[in-house]
Amino acid sequence: MTPSPSLAANPELGRWLDFGRPGRVTIRPGKVEYGQGVWTALAQIAAEELDVALDRIEVAPVSTDTSPDEGVTSGSRSIEDSGGALRQACAQARAAFLAAAAAKLDTDPATLTVRDGEISAAGRGGTGLSYWTLDEPGLLDRAAAEVAAAKPASQWSVAGRSAPRIDLPGKATGQPRFLHDLVLPGMVFGRVIRPPGPAATLDDVGPADLPDGVLAVVRDGSFLGVLASRDRAAVTAAARLAGAARWTVRESLPDERDLKGFLLGQPTEDQPVTERPDPAAAAQVRTTLRAEFTRPFIAHASMAPSCAIARWDSDPGGAPRVTVWTHSQGPFPLRRALAAGLGLDPAQLTVHHVEGAGVYGHNASDDAAADAVLLARQLPGRPVRVLWSREDELGWGPVGPAMVARLSAGLDESGRIQAWRQDVWSNGFLGRPGIGGEPRLLGLSHLAGGAPIPAAPDGLPSGAMGATRNAVPAYHIPDLAVTRHRLLTMPIRTSSLRSLGAFLNVFAIESFMDELAAVAGADPAAFRLAHLTDPRARRVIEEVAGFAGWAGRARDEGTGFGLAFARYKGTSGYCAAVAEVAADTSVTLRRLWLAVDVGRVISPDGVRNQVEGGALQSASWALREQVRFDRTRITSVTWDSYPILRFTEMPEVAVRIVASDEPETGAGELAQGPVAGAIGNAVADAVGVRVRDLPLTTEQITRAIEQS
Amino acid sequence: MGSVNIRLTVNGTERVVSSEPDTPLLDLLRHDLGLAGPRFGCGIGLCGACFVLIGGQARSSCDFPAWAAEGTDVTTVEGLADGGALHAVQQAVIDEQAAQCGYCISGMIMSAVALLRRNPAPSEAEVRTALDGNLCRCGTHQRIVRAVLRAAATVPAGTAE
Repeated sequence: MTPSPSLAANPELGRWLDFGRPGRVTIRPGKVEYGQGVWTALAQIAAEELDVALDRIEVAPVSTDTSPDEGVTSGSRSIEDSGGALRQACAQARAAFLAAAAAKLDTDPATLTVRDGEISAAGRGGTGLSYWTLDEPGLLDRAAAEVAAAKPASQWSVAGRSAPRIDLPGKATGQPRFLHDLVLPGMVFGRVIRPPGPAATLDDVGPADLPDGVLAVVRDGSFLGVLASRDRAAVTAAARLAGAARWTVRESLPDERDLKGFLLGQPTEDQPVTERPDPAAAAQVRTTLRAEFTRPFIAHASMAPSCAIARWDSDPGGAPRVTVWTHSQGPFPLRRALAAGLGLDPAQLTVHHVEGAGVYGHNASDDAAADAVLLARQLPGRPVRVLWSREDELGWGPVGPAMVARLSAGLDESGRIQAWRQDVWSNGFLGRPGIGGEPRLLGLSHLAGGAPIPAAPDGLPSGAMGATRNAVPAYHIPDLAVTRHRLLTMPIRTSSLRSLGAFLNVFAIESFMDELAAVAGADPAAFRLAHLTDPRARRVIEEVAGFAGWAGRARDEGTGFGLAFARYKGTSGYCAAVAEVAADTSVTLRRLWLAVDVGRVISPDGVRNQVEGGALQSASWALREQVRFDRTRITSVTWDSYPILRFTEMPEVAVRIVASDEPETGAGELAQGPVAGAIGNAVADAVGVRVRDLPLTTEQITRAIEQS
Repeated sequence: MGSVNIRLTVNGTERVVSSEPDTPLLDLLRHDLGLAGPRFGCGIGLCGACFVLIGGQARSSCDFPAWAAEGTDVTTVEGLADGGALHAVQQAVIDEQAAQCGYCISGMIMSAVALLRRNPAPSEAEVRTALDGNLCRCGTHQRIVRAVLRAAATVPAGTAE
């Protein structure tokens, strides 16, 4: 067994857990909770390895002072990374306590067992010792050993069963638990007045009648903010300052009606993702299909506008000491980026995570933290809370990139795929703070002397990162070439959005598979199975086809069924989906069926919740969502102009988990691509025309019909 | 604009709050009365995160001015539990594990409570319609619908409160 990479990077056991409170175990994962339920799953893992009741486990929120640095909570990696590390840390802590007990009892540790934290000895029952009686300073001040003897899944009694979410009772009763609810002593309220577009600059601010309670107006370059003793006064002052500010506005955004022209017309960095030429296979091609698929820019559109609190203090020597409360997905990277942007040492900053609403990638959380720090710098010693408006959240947060996927594929005489080319154009997905040595924080870019945030990187062209995620089909294809074209200009700021490039790549691949199946005269499910040898891949397709009744699906006029499959990142969880729609020029999504294989499961209901949620969010993206803009700014800044699917528009969704003894994978992102593909195929089945441009709105369907 | 005294009943207790008349009720509840349950989501009544009951009707509090709240009877999610017992809708949300991030859930609970008061045995379609003013970004819609139907089944008709 190789040591968990996360534990290797943070080897001190005491960093991961302690027994300082009687009868309680505090675990300190470096991953943050934002509604995905990871605290509950990690608590289950710890309870399992320590042999304590689940309700003894308390999860400490991430703080750069006390938590292990596990980077960003992203990529569906928390159960693999943090869960793997915690499992080993807890198993080793348990062993350390048993060794201490054995020494006290002068016996062999192998004769000792733990039951809910109490230690028993073979043949003599209770010893009077427990984790809490044995706990002494220094016991866990040891580096993790290289190999941990964690429990095999066959012996699990807490992990592997659905546990009720530990955060839900507080949420259902309206208890303060979000950063938005946090009130610190002496706290004041800041608001930032954003420019009227990403290329606009502030000329001057005329006189404004500011309300009582305003403490300061902060202007630095094109960064304009206000501080007040009450939030309402800050809001009113911000509106009046916005009216008094004079800006030079410049056109810098592309033509919204020609996204494909924009994406294909920009300078790019071109890199091969996979090149596996097979001339003999290519020579067998008799029929070649070509098609282009697109997705628009998509907003994270968290239910809560971003919020942060910062306090700017000085140490006795006068050097700045900054404390930040944030709902960022990456408290440690945020600390490094803030330090770099402010010319401080990271040790001068402490970043505490407090839960916010779901973020689904890199939204404005980090930018709000930077705003709070910039305003707090003007009022040392006072906690400054910044809350973004809904309009700024939708207009200024990073968005998921628009993309084009250009596919061509060749079938041989027998209807097998022999050749496949996939070219993907996109802005980068890796726009998080600190990536590429750049702070990438909005407020800093607006300061005098600040530079625009440079075009986002996209990671190694591995097939797993950025726009290349799932750009390599999982199917057996002899002659294969996949290329990424990363845009070097970034008129609309892009960054990570749930599932990265997989949403479009899988939509494109799975749409194209149906088009190829039709040419080959094959059933879509059978055609996929004919190109798959991985038994886990085949099993999720067979499972979903079975419980969705694929073989006997209705053939009514105006009704369509579609099926799609992907293995997330090519290396992670498996997901197959079936969609049923009623469609003419508009689409009603009736039902979704999903089968997933995510390896061993810590909490089955946690997995189902994540898969259902991913499926329904993906349905909203696929059917409805697109960031709107004119040449100067994003214009889709309310829920009216950026609509998402509502209760009456959401389908029924059914999820089956395929049992597996393989290592755990994440579950939060694997539905995104397959659901889009299944819906696209169902629409094509119902309408008889292939719609290749997302979202599948009446406008796009009508255009596809006209062009067919 | 000067402040005025707004007198209203919140979760059964009469409160007097000094406020500018156009301040949103949501600000009074959160900032002046320290109630965290109603959440700010959009400020213009489009998302449902700030829903409360005003005179028994579920509606947004972010665009409801303080002057209009004078003399009203307001219930927030904090006011639903009866002693130690959660309201049937709250309990059902927990039983069905009907949330992910949970930021929108208090507003949805208020819409559901208002629905069950006027229609103790709603159909699934009626539940979805009643919740259509509440947005959820995590995709927990189906669980929330199931929770409301479960709550309806656990509350005998005529006693929904």
